[in-house]
Amino acid sequence: MSNVAVRVEGLGKRYRIGTASRRHDTLRDALVHAVKAPLRNLRELRGLTRFDDQDGEDVFWALRDVSFEVNHGEVLGIIGRNGAGKSTLLKVLSRITEPTAGYAELYGRVGALLEVGTGFHADLTGRQNVYLNGSILGMDRAYIGRKFDEIVEFAGVERHIDTPVKRYSSGMYLRLAFAVAAFLEPEILVVDEVLAVGDAQFQKKCLGKMGEVAREGRTVLFVSHNMAAVENLCQRGVVLSRGRVQFVGTQSEAVRHYLRASAEAVTHSLRDRRDRTGTGAVRIVGVEVRDTRGNPIDVVSAGADVDVYLHFEAEAGFTNPGVIASLQVRTQYDVPVFLQHNRLTGDRFGQLPSSGAFVCRIPRLPLPPSSYRLDCSLIVDGEFLDAVSDAGTVTVIDGDFYGTGEVPPDTHGCCLVPAAWRIEPA
Amino acid sequence: MVIAPAGRWSGLDVRELWNYRGLFFFLVWRDIQIRYAQTVLGAGWAVLQPVLTMLVFTIIFGRFANIPSDGAPYAVFSLAALVPWTYFSTALSGASNSLVSNTNLITKVYFPRLVIPFTPVLAGLVDFAIALVILLLVMFGFGLAVPAASALVLPVVLLVMMLTAAGMGCWLAALNLRYRDVKYVTPFLVQVWMYASPIVYPMSLVPERYRSIYALNPMAGAIEGFRAALLRTSAVSWSTIGISLGIGALLFVSGVYYFRRAERVFADVI
Repeated sequence: MSNVAVRVEGLGKRYRIGTASRRHDTLRDALVHAVKAPLRNLRELRGLTRFDDQDGEDVFWALRDVSFEVNHGEVLGIIGRNGAGKSTLLKVLSRITEPTAGYAELYGRVGALLEVGTGFHADLTGRQNVYLNGSILGMDRAYIGRKFDEIVEFAGVERHIDTPVKRYSSGMYLRLAFAVAAFLEPEILVVDEVLAVGDAQFQKKCLGKMGEVAREGRTVLFVSHNMAAVENLCQRGVVLSRGRVQFVGTQSEAVRHYLRASAEAVTHSLRDRRDRTGTGAVRIVGVEVRDTRGNPIDVVSAGADVDVYLHFEAEAGFTNPGVIASLQVRTQYDVPVFLQHNRLTGDRFGQLPSSGAFVCRIPRLPLPPSSYRLDCSLIVDGEFLDAVSDAGTVTVIDGDFYGTGEVPPDTHGCCLVPAAWRIEPA
Repeated sequence: MVIAPAGRWSGLDVRELWNYRGLFFFLVWRDIQIRYAQTVLGAGWAVLQPVLTMLVFTIIFGRFANIPSDGAPYAVFSLAALVPWTYFSTALSGASNSLVSNTNLITKVYFPRLVIPFTPVLAGLVDFAIALVILLLVMFGFGLAVPAASALVLPVVLLVMMLTAAGMGCWLAALNLRYRDVKYVTPFLVQVWMYASPIVYPMSLVPERYRSIYALNPMAGAIEGFRAALLRTSAVSWSTIGISLGIGALLFVSGVYYFRRAERVFADVI
C-alpha cells in the first residue's frame, strides 16, 4: 500500500457568475420587462449549472488544474489570498460540491470542519447540541457519550450544559461549538479557518488542540490566513492563486513564496498609481513592513521591532544627496498618529542608488491593535519628488508591548507610551 | 474514496443512508424537539390542531352545508380524515421547505441529502400517533368500537401517505432550492389538495364516472380507506388503496430520482 492519503489530480470547478442586469429608464420599459422577466429568470436560473457554450465571459473557474499529494500523517497548509480558491477546494474535498473536472482520491475516513457549530439549534440545550453537532460531523452516539465530559470541560460550560444555547453568551456558544469539533477523530481532517474566531486566549487554546491533532499522526489539510499558525502546525504548504496551484513545497518555503508574491502585488499596484504628486525624479514603487530578520509580514504585534521599507526607483541623472523620506501613519478614521522622517532622526542617505529602499526601523512599535494607513513622500530642497497617500496599510495585533502581555485597546487612544509607576510617601 | 464529476445514474443509495442512520435519527429527533419549543401547550398542539379544525368543519360543513357523512356523526367523520391529512400536509410542507431551511448544513457538511426531506416525514409520525390516540378516544366517546380489521388497513394507508409525502417532498424541496417560487406554490397546493381529497365530504359524493380519475389522487384512497376501516362508513376498497399505493410509489421513485439528479449542484445554487 502506498503512503498517499490524498491525491488530487487536475481538479477543476467551474461557476457561472451573474451578468449585469439591465436598467429600465421608462415605465414602459419596466412593464415590458416585468412581463418578460419570468421567462428570462427561468432561463437564467436553469443556466446556473449549464455550460453548453464553452467558457463564455460569465464562466469562472474557481479551481483549475489543481494537483498535489499528501502523505499519511502529513499536515498540509493551504494558503492564498481571498478568492484564490481555498474554500472551494475544501468544499470539493469534503464532498459538499462536485468538481467539474479532474478527481481526488482520499484514502481513509474524512472529517471536514468548515465551520464550528454546524446544525446547532438555538432552542436545544448545550447537551442536545453536542450530540446533534457530533453526529452531523460524523461521530457515533457511543463515541460522543464517551467524550461528553471532556467536551464540556474543554468548553468550560459545565454549569450551563442543560440550558438552551440561545441563552449562552457568544463566547460560550463558540467554545462549545469548537469543543465538539476538537474531538472529531477522522483519519483525514479537512479544516477551514475555524480558528479565526473567539478571543485571543481561546484561539491559543484551539491552536494548541490543533497541534495535538497534528502530532497524533493524522493527516490534516488546513486552510488559514494566519501565517504563524500555518507555519507552526504544517509541514508542507500549497499556495493557491486564482484557482491554480502556484507553489508546492515545505511550509516555510510556501509561506515565504506567498508573502513575496503578495509584496510584489503591492509593489506592482503602487507603481501604477496615478494619484500622486511630485517631480517623479525618485518614485516610491512599494511599501512593506518586515520583521527584523527581513521577512515581509502582513500583521505586526504591538511592541515588536519592525522595519518599514519604502522601495524606490531613481532616474539616472538624479544625484542630489539631500533626500528626505517621510512616513505618515494615520488611523482608519484619518487621525494622524505620527510623522517620521530622516531629518528628525538626523540620518542622511547621501547619493542614492538607482533603486533600493529607504528603511525606517521602529523599535517597540507603540501602536495598539488596529489597522493603520501609511502615506509616504520624498522631498528634496523643499520640493516633492513623490507623494502617495494610502500607499500601504499595516495591521497591528495584540502583542507584548509592556512585557505584561496586556495592551489597552485602540478605543482608549491611538498610541502606547512606555511608562513606569511608583509610590512616593507624602 | 474517489471524488469526481458524477456521470452515472444515482438512485436511492440505501447502504449510504443506513451508514448515516445516526445522523438521520438525530435530525428527526431535533425536529421533534424543536417543533413545540417555547410553547405553553407543547405537544398539546398536536391534539388541538385537528380537533379545532374538526369543530370548524363540523359547524360549517356538517351543520350549515349539510354535507352527508355516510351515516357516521360528522364530527368523527371529519376527524377521522383530519388526523391523517394533518400528518400528510405537515410532512409535505416540512419536506418542501426542508432544503431551504437547512442551507447551513448543505453548504458546510456532507451527508446523503435525501435525509433532509425524509426527516419531516418521519418526525411527523409522533404527532400522528398522538392525534390517532385522540381520534380513538373521540370514537370511544361517541360509542363507536374500533374494528379489528382496521389494524390491517392502517399500516398500508400510512405507507401510502409516507411515500406520497416523501416523493412530493423530494420534488418540491429540490425545485424550491433553485426556484423559490415553490415556497409560494406549496401552501396553495396543499389547500387545493385538501379539497381534492375526501376530507370534508365522503367519496360517495363524487360522481361515479369521475371516480377512476379521482382515485389517481393517492390521498383519496388513503383517507377514504382510513375512514372506512375505522368508522365502517363504507366497505374498504382495496382496489382504490392499491391504486393509491402504486401512485405513491411512483411519486416516491420519481421524486428520489429527480432529487438525486439535482443534488449534485445544491451547494452551488443555494
